[in-house]
Amino acid sequence: MSVRNIGIVYRKELREALRDRRTLVSSILVPLFIFPVLTVGIGFSAAALIGQASREPSKIMILGGEDSPAVVAGLQQVKNLQVVPARTDYTDLISNKRIRAVVDIPNGFQTGSELGQHPEVKIYVFSGDMKSMFGATRIERYFSEYRDNAVKDRLVAEHLPESLMKPFSVKQQNVVSEEKVAGESYGGIVVYLVILMCMTGAMYPAMDLTAGEKERGTMETILSSPIKRTHLVLGKFLLVLTASLATATLSVISLGASFAILSRLARLHSEGEPLPVLALHWRTIVAIFAMALPVAVLFSAALLTISLFARSYKEAQSYLTPMTFVVIIPAVAAILPGVELTPQLAVIPILNVGLLCKELVAGTYHWNYIAVIFASTCVYAGIALYLAVKMFQRESVLFSS
Amino acid sequence: MIEVRNLCKRFRDKTRGEIRAVDNVSFRCQPGQIYGLLGANGAGKTTTLRMLATILEPSDGTAVVCGYDVVEQPTKVRASVGFLSTATALYPRLTARELVEYFGRLNGIDGRPLKERVDGIFDRLEMNGFRDRHCDKLSTGMKQKTSIARTLVHNPAVMIFDEPTLGLDIMTARSIISFIRECRADGKTVIFSTHLMTEVEKLCDLIGIIHGGKLLTEGTLPELREQYRQNDLEEIFVQVVGADRMPQETR
Repeated sequence: MSVRNIGIVYRKELREALRDRRTLVSSILVPLFIFPVLTVGIGFSAAALIGQASREPSKIMILGGEDSPAVVAGLQQVKNLQVVPARTDYTDLISNKRIRAVVDIPNGFQTGSELGQHPEVKIYVFSGDMKSMFGATRIERYFSEYRDNAVKDRLVAEHLPESLMKPFSVKQQNVVSEEKVAGESYGGIVVYLVILMCMTGAMYPAMDLTAGEKERGTMETILSSPIKRTHLVLGKFLLVLTASLATATLSVISLGASFAILSRLARLHSEGEPLPVLALHWRTIVAIFAMALPVAVLFSAALLTISLFARSYKEAQSYLTPMTFVVIIPAVAAILPGVELTPQLAVIPILNVGLLCKELVAGTYHWNYIAVIFASTCVYAGIALYLAVKMFQRESVLFSS
Repeated sequence: MIEVRNLCKRFRDKTRGEIRAVDNVSFRCQPGQIYGLLGANGAGKTTTLRMLATILEPSDGTAVVCGYDVVEQPTKVRASVGFLSTATALYPRLTARELVEYFGRLNGIDGRPLKERVDGIFDRLEMNGFRDRHCDKLSTGMKQKTSIARTLVHNPAVMIFDEPTLGLDIMTARSIISFIRECRADGKTVIFSTHLMTEVEKLCDLIGIIHGGKLLTEGTLPELREQYRQNDLEEIFVQVVGADRMPQETR
């Protein structure tokens, strides 16, 4: 009988939710479209802007170098470097972004370097400004080529082999699967997204099914029916949970598609290496959703309980908005580089799941942590659900209007 | 049948301390009778009726509705009661038919019996013209009919009406009044609260005057007229509650 009643409430809430434009927008449209727009739109624009900046010639100034004509002439020949006449107010020009960098060539640079006096070239830049950095890199690249050529010339003059310049080489080699590389690069974002979307998806229905019901005056109607309040709250809770999981699932699908598009576009438009494609193994996806399930239960029950205290939809919104920060802070902390699972962190809600899922995406399975985190999150979720059921029994909460 | 025994409801208020919204109220209503609870705003009518419908739990005392105790068997009480008030709104995104069916299912009716029951009610209340229209698109009269259909879907033996005509136009209010009469004719036990003397005069077999949470007097209209030597119910009411006593705020 009880399962039947919970099912009746659930089906009715689902029917109403599917007819509600606000629920459809927040649970389906936003997760489906916001990520392509954010990742492809912003990501592609950023890539295009960086690409454009890297192709744009850098305006630079040369100070000194009168006694090093070959060096100056060489600099003037460098592709993508535009040398402007020297001025004394170059610091202002750099800070006002009128020029990107200034190269200060010391007196007697050319002869000094030939005699092994180790002269120092200074490059003045605007630290943190991307275009200034591009200019400085081009200058540095020119000088390192100049240095290599100088050494090479000397070796030739001394009849020594060129290989003396580089007696050995160092090379990095990736030994980890493509899946793990992608997991390490993008895993954090996926985890953050699943956690945040479990919350976002639950938010609107939680408010609508409690404070919204009070505001519309249907709470008294349903309370006068023979359904037990426990069954009523469980039916409502299941709908909020459905919305939470649906939003999270759609977000991950949409993000996966966005990444695929983004890496294709990046390959087409950038000269650099293609981005690793986020290809998650089905086992990882199942594992993430298995861990996300108690988190979604926790959010659904907690949001339902909090918004039940509100008398209107607006009041519920003001209660739940701060909750977003409570979730975002541990979710962001989990994706920070260097933050890794410890026994203490394994019992902090949200943060623990975030850290664990980051490992799962990277293909690492620490079964002890998985057990502890799953169990602790289930306990928190259970407490939240128990509170939701208890609050539905309290007249002062139900009739707070 | 309804038997109310020493029913009390106390609330805690931060500024005013403990409030006795309903204070030791007792009365009885038999099948085929309409009991009118007459009182000003804040007199304790709504709280009393909410306790009878088991939406609120009594602080003390109890009531027996159709043989079920409101404290011990609230689910069975709700299954025997149809509760209608201006606060019992409809789900805006369900159609009239879906709404009535939903409440039918919550009352344990399903499948063919539910369909037959709903068809019967929709025919009787002439609701077939808007059965598939969403409740937020219905006129006030249509909404009221849908609410009535909701209260009738499980054919309850007891009907509780809490100021059912409040804020309604004359025609809709009249249809509610005639529906309450039909309930009595069907042999249902009816409790009806209002602050309108005319409605009480028109409808009620028994009248209870409630003020400050206390049931000050009760009887049939002729009995009250004789007891207070007044013909006009309003005069009787004023005499009972005291002309200079302002109604106590309870919520």
